[in-house]
Amino acid sequence: MEKRFVSLWFRHLTTDWLTLRRPELKATPFVFAASVRNRMVITSANILAEAGGITAGMAAADAKAIVPDLQVIDEIPGQADKLLKALGEWCIRYSPLIAVDLPGGLLLDVSGCAHLWGGERGYLNEIVTRLISKGYDVRGAMADTVGTAWAVARFGRTKPIIEPGKQVDALLLLPPAALRLEAVILERLQKLGFYTIKSFIGIGRTALRRRFGQELLLRLDQALGNEEEPIQLLQPVEPYTERLPCLEPIRTATGIEIAVKTLLEKLCLRLQGEGMGVRTAILKGYRVDGHLIQAAIGTNRATHQVSHLFKLFELKIPTLEPALGIELFTLEAPKVEEVEPEQEVLWSPEGCGLEDLSLAELLDRLANKIGAGNIHRYLPQEHYWPERSIKPALSLKEKPATKWRTGRPRPSLLLSRPERIEVTALIPDYPPMLFIYKDKVHHVKKADGPERIEREWWLEQGEHRDYYQVEDENGQRYWLFRSGHYGGDHSKQWFIHGFFA
Amino acid sequence: MSNTKKDLISQLQKDILLWEGFTPPAAGKANGLGLGPLEAAFPNGVFPTGTIHELICPTPETAAATGGFTAGLLAALMQHGGACLWISTSRRLFPPSLMAFDVTPDRMIFIDVQREKDVLWVMEEALKCKGLAAVIGEVRDISFAQSRRLQLAVESSKVTGFLLRNDPRKLGTTTCVARWQITPLPSILEDELPGVGFPRWQVDLLRVRNGNPGSWQLEWTNGGFTPVTETAKVVTLPQRKAG
Repeated sequence: MEKRFVSLWFRHLTTDWLTLRRPELKATPFVFAASVRNRMVITSANILAEAGGITAGMAAADAKAIVPDLQVIDEIPGQADKLLKALGEWCIRYSPLIAVDLPGGLLLDVSGCAHLWGGERGYLNEIVTRLISKGYDVRGAMADTVGTAWAVARFGRTKPIIEPGKQVDALLLLPPAALRLEAVILERLQKLGFYTIKSFIGIGRTALRRRFGQELLLRLDQALGNEEEPIQLLQPVEPYTERLPCLEPIRTATGIEIAVKTLLEKLCLRLQGEGMGVRTAILKGYRVDGHLIQAAIGTNRATHQVSHLFKLFELKIPTLEPALGIELFTLEAPKVEEVEPEQEVLWSPEGCGLEDLSLAELLDRLANKIGAGNIHRYLPQEHYWPERSIKPALSLKEKPATKWRTGRPRPSLLLSRPERIEVTALIPDYPPMLFIYKDKVHHVKKADGPERIEREWWLEQGEHRDYYQVEDENGQRYWLFRSGHYGGDHSKQWFIHGFFA
Repeated sequence: MSNTKKDLISQLQKDILLWEGFTPPAAGKANGLGLGPLEAAFPNGVFPTGTIHELICPTPETAAATGGFTAGLLAALMQHGGACLWISTSRRLFPPSLMAFDVTPDRMIFIDVQREKDVLWVMEEALKCKGLAAVIGEVRDISFAQSRRLQLAVESSKVTGFLLRNDPRKLGTTTCVARWQITPLPSILEDELPGVGFPRWQVDLLRVRNGNPGSWQLEWTNGGFTPVTETAKVVTLPQRKAG
């Protein structure tokens, strides 16, 4: 398909913005100035100041001499860049492929977009008038190449829309500066009397290269469409994206639900055809007031089931604030994976295992509400140290690499931190006679142990533990340990670590 | 005359049970959970699955005993390869200990939430998921309305739920089919050998719908519940001497 580009040029970007913020400045000439080598130099001027003969690059003191009531405002570094990005994001309603074109411009790849607004004239008109009505002084042009659109937006005098293939005609009468050349080359062209592109376009390429370097030829080729010119997109388009522009701004939860359903149906139809499934998806809503709201979901296993994905988004809909309304919905799937084909079970066994789809869907719902970090599954780890004997599983499919150890008794409940207890232990390496836990005395009637568990020296330093399984007079069973060897001071050595069934 | 009246009443009772959703066990299909004489306390003499059981554990020691008892029930419920969810706010269960009760710990999914309210929400969602072996929720307090929501969820999905009431403040009415309390008992080793024996519990069935509450002593031996016949007698440790 033929490519079409729109170049937008904001002639007074920062000053227009400030006028919008502070309407009282509308009638006064003002400039932005930044300090360059201890001199305040004007970086941009508003229309009134420009009418008084002030241009960017002038010293602020000189400008004040020309226009006495001039207001000089300190330049905000990076403001122009930020504004262009915001404007670019706003323009996503017209085309998904937007690039910032410094200084002071935007580039839109509008291939195949214009017919939605009733032709190219209506399309460009819509963009420019909407931006002007917002308060920005903007010029736009449309052409087959980035270079020509750029040139016509800035230097064009007659018509802003260049028909396909007519780049040469459009460029002929423009000055060489329209080719985005460096100042040095422009100066040289000026010196030699080349005031328009027409005057040197017919000269042989070798002669041009010898005199002005490769850059002139490259820029010329790019403008004419002989050379590809990549643009750096503001928002790279995800390969799996669906868009839903709305005729009227959507403001209700029901409306959002319908939008999500429509988008999911479109996306899932495509994914089904390719045998892929969603792992993460992001719903974005572009609001009327220029803000972007979004909700993200994740799944435990790749899926392309509309009903399941909709259930996940349903939980997120209350968090979306439509405010004055949402104009455009996009649904992106940044992470997709191949779907493992589900085998139809003719004779379903009793109970669903970990591989079951309904369990995965349940966990997705839970994860989206309470957070995936709160769902755990444990696998054995080859450590005797109780705290390290299990590790969290990474996925539902992960199988234990080693067997669960069964040889030694392990308590039903394990305290996350061992708690200190008071004991009476008279005989070394024998279980204590009694211990006091939470101000209650427990007389040990039966005991097993000790089971000595050493710290793994390659992991940490410290004392070993001698574990005892003890039972008190009421039949309650505990897991106690002594840290280190039997010593004189029992008070700091004994801990309770768990409760047996 | 009296005989026919008795027949009539027993037939009516059976009908009522049927209407309440207790189906008599299919012939030739023994799906008991191996609780032995305890199962006679339930309607139709079958441990009711597909409902909610409430287990009271006022202290950590009883909680440990309850954990063990529940794990023993889970072993039977999970034998067909199902998965199980354990929902709590402050979990202390040590997964490797489940191995002692023939439950594979990696088939258990633990969900840790911040608030009690979320436990009930997660539990209701989980109970709606058909095919789960069991769902266990640790909650401190539950109102009648909340328990009714859970009951409605299990009625369609037939998932068995266990509510572990840790340190409950108030024991109100709930829709749960049974209320249990498990307390640890001193273990007994044969021939008065030293050491700690098999886990042994006092199982009190405080309330059971359409059944007979009672009290039993059970022991977990050789991968199954064994009823204890003789009363546990506290034996003293043989005096040990240093050296």
